[in-house]
Amino acid sequence: MSKLDSKIPEGPLEQKWEKYKSSVALVNPANKRSLEVIVVGSGLAGASAASSLAEMGYKVKVFCFQDSARRAHSIAAQGGINAAKNYQNDGDSTYRLFYDTIKGGDYRAREANVYRLASVSANIIDQCVAMGVPLAREYGGMLSNRSFGGTQVQRTFYAAGQTGQQLLLGAYSGLQRQVGLGTIEMFARHEMLEVVNIEGKCRGIIARDLISGKLERHFGHAVLLCTGGYGNVFYLSTNAMGSNVTAAWKATKKGAFFGNPCFTQIHPTCIPVSGDHQSKLTLMSESLRNDGRIWVPKKQGDTRKANEIPEEERDYYLERRYPAFGNLVPRDVASRAAKERCDAGFGVGTSKMAVYLDFKSAIARYGHSKALTQGINNPSAQQLKDFGKLVVEEKYGNLFEMYEQITGENPYELPMRIYPAVHYTMGGLWVDYNLMTTVPGLYALGEANFSDHGANRLGASALMQGLADGYFVIPYTIGAYLSKEIATKAISTDHEAFVSAEKDAQGIIDKLFAIKGTKSVDHFHKRLGKIMWDKCGMARNEKGLKEAIAEIRTLREEFWKDVRVPGSANDFNPELEKAGRVADFIELGELMCMDALNRSESCGGHFREESQTEEGEALRKDEEFAYVAAWENKGNHTYELHKEELKFEAIKIAARSYK
Amino acid sequence: MNLTLKIWRQKNDKETGKLVTYPVKDISPDMSFLEMFDVLNEELITKGDEPIAFDHDCREGICGMCSMFINGRPHGPKRGVTTCQLHMRSFKNGDTIVVEPWRAAAFPVIKDLTVDRSAFDRIISKGGFISVNTGNAQDANNIPIPKPDADASFEAAACIGCGACVATCKNSSAMLFVSAKVSQLALLPQGRVEATTRVKNMVAQMDEEGFGNCTNTGACEIECPKGISLENIARMNREYFVANIKS
Ligand code: SF4
Ligand code: FES
Repeated sequence: MSKLDSKIPEGPLEQKWEKYKSSVALVNPANKRSLEVIVVGSGLAGASAASSLAEMGYKVKVFCFQDSARRAHSIAAQGGINAAKNYQNDGDSTYRLFYDTIKGGDYRAREANVYRLASVSANIIDQCVAMGVPLAREYGGMLSNRSFGGTQVQRTFYAAGQTGQQLLLGAYSGLQRQVGLGTIEMFARHEMLEVVNIEGKCRGIIARDLISGKLERHFGHAVLLCTGGYGNVFYLSTNAMGSNVTAAWKATKKGAFFGNPCFTQIHPTCIPVSGDHQSKLTLMSESLRNDGRIWVPKKQGDTRKANEIPEEERDYYLERRYPAFGNLVPRDVASRAAKERCDAGFGVGTSKMAVYLDFKSAIARYGHSKALTQGINNPSAQQLKDFGKLVVEEKYGNLFEMYEQITGENPYELPMRIYPAVHYTMGGLWVDYNLMTTVPGLYALGEANFSDHGANRLGASALMQGLADGYFVIPYTIGAYLSKEIATKAISTDHEAFVSAEKDAQGIIDKLFAIKGTKSVDHFHKRLGKIMWDKCGMARNEKGLKEAIAEIRTLREEFWKDVRVPGSANDFNPELEKAGRVADFIELGELMCMDALNRSESCGGHFREESQTEEGEALRKDEEFAYVAAWENKGNHTYELHKEELKFEAIKIAARSYK
Repeated sequence: MNLTLKIWRQKNDKETGKLVTYPVKDISPDMSFLEMFDVLNEELITKGDEPIAFDHDCREGICGMCSMFINGRPHGPKRGVTTCQLHMRSFKNGDTIVVEPWRAAAFPVIKDLTVDRSAFDRIISKGGFISVNTGNAQDANNIPIPKPDADASFEAAACIGCGACVATCKNSSAMLFVSAKVSQLALLPQGRVEATTRVKNMVAQMDEEGFGNCTNTGACEIECPKGISLENIARMNREYFVANIKS
């Protein structure tokens, strides 16, 4: 029998959550006051969980490494948030959102979790609007929707290209309200460095005050890791510079299993790399694929400017290959198709590693309808263009500006150049239906867990999951655990488990300073990134993965011999922070390659070259791989694989087709 | 291109700081301003010096963490961008660039170019929210909101809390930041319920934090990377006036 118990409630899919919710144990208000919860990370999942739990009466401490909870990287999500509201009357429903998410995830997610996600999605929109999040509206005053990749309905709510910002600031306002009320104690500029377990249960953390450099011990009856994804293992990604895996990785060293580490999402529409100095990549929201058409020249190595290439010499390859979904195929499909064209020599721009995203037809189309609504029946070409631009500006203005700032090119006149980049990680800490990891009392929410997106996440579903976990799942499921903890008094942080965890954290810091090597942390991070991108990126194969594992091992040894960390530990020292994070990324990178090597099928974002159809489409092997790979850290860079079988009862598992 | 940087170095909030000159070579115009700092820091580390501490995270103009005062202007010479969105093509070969931290009594320096902006969080915790608990919400479309109001609210909500408005203001006033939040919520029917207490409590906290008074110089609007408009300050003044009459 596997060590993994997903704790999925009995009963028909549609009733599991409702029934569970009304039967899960409750904690009475007086007891809640003496129960302490630690939340690490203040993004959508962390902020929404913290404020909800504090409102319920728990004593909450929140930690984030940024200078304010409002900076968490959820803020950078652009396009939108899905919800099965069916406001557009286009046939949407909880079931359809559930179905799209399972299919989009290439049948590698848990049905029960995804159904719950879809069913609370509508509540999220209600909650955010009540909190004053200014989502986009139509002239009648009702909420507006747009469509996103992988779906055929309009269920995405948005706030221009700043949806993540608006939702995060909403969740942050709820968090600050509780800070003001004294129910949440906030620790900004603090980084979690260790999980503390006592008698098999998670009982707190060790955190470093990033300004003074002091290590601190914090007790909690439960600890929630809401620390986001690990895309920065690739060095270049759309993640913020500080986004890291350290909290989750330390948890694996204390017994939490890591689920599907090789499931990473490469986002199809990012601004291409411009040179060696590049420190991060910038996403251009997927919502742009609603109106932008993707193409490359039909001729290999065409050096003409985009505007000089006539219509008939353009290959709109997504529309050609996938007529049913066209430019709105899911992310993994769009990314691979771009790589395929560039590898075959059809890429554009100086690096030839880019494709065009063109708004000319959209501008013309919108120009016509706007002219009509203005009562102009015979608009001039210039009027059409101006009107069209106005509409496009209203929809995507800030994205176009962002593009122009980075590239120096005006996307209203020239098509954007885009290329795929690492964006999101579907893998993460393994959790059960309660969002609890394999360590009792230790939870993982949002991108930090593995649970809802399978092998590929659909656009506008990350914001949905983060807020679902924080607002609507954990407030109920945590009761199942904490109701049994009411007799546990707060444990003194003088307990030996705290002392030894602090010693471990201090040991790593001392070791890093003692090396006094010759190369900067970034030097190692860039090399790790290159190995990962080349061999564990958009396409993977056995030979490459085996090489990557060997190379990462060498890199790890070199890092611990030759890294240079300047300054001192008792000081504000961003280089030391980076060093600790990169050390963990190196270890994680190795595990990712091991997982990718083990999974010799193609599914979602994980494309094994050995497993494809004759047309080059991904080929899943359901007989062999319909499971979650949960890796147990056995110490000394060894890992044991545990499998959680995925059962599909409501949905018939099928080849994923967007043709 | 080759440039001369004069950068503020300060060990911590107790010691005084000074400008230190660093030449940088072979800077590509496609680099961002912060990538140029990466290059310089890499050089300092290899030489055995301490790198320059500066705040940054998203590097795409949305988190509000980056905060450099460049040649006398917060976020540098270009309008409508944050420090991380500034690219070296805005400078020319041979330029001297002076880089300092935000300066305001309410934003003490932590180290080099890093300052403490937690005063903003404390202001928000005094009223920058709508008091609705999780689970209390009605259907989102039950509250129709006229599009112009929703759009105006959104524009005010676009503030990233960077503090450039404070840094540029000769009085170190935080009016633009506070008024953006007050306006966002005042423009929405959901936010009207607490409008009176909100504006009073937030303004009181703003004063307590040691931000200066607003004398309508308008510098904040010019330097705000998100185009937060002075209209918000006018709206907040009205809200404040009405709130005080009511009580
Ligand atoms: S009002 Fe503008 S300058 Fe001031 S904090 Fe907000 S975004 Fe920054
Ligand atoms: S680093 Fe986030 S706004 Fe500049």
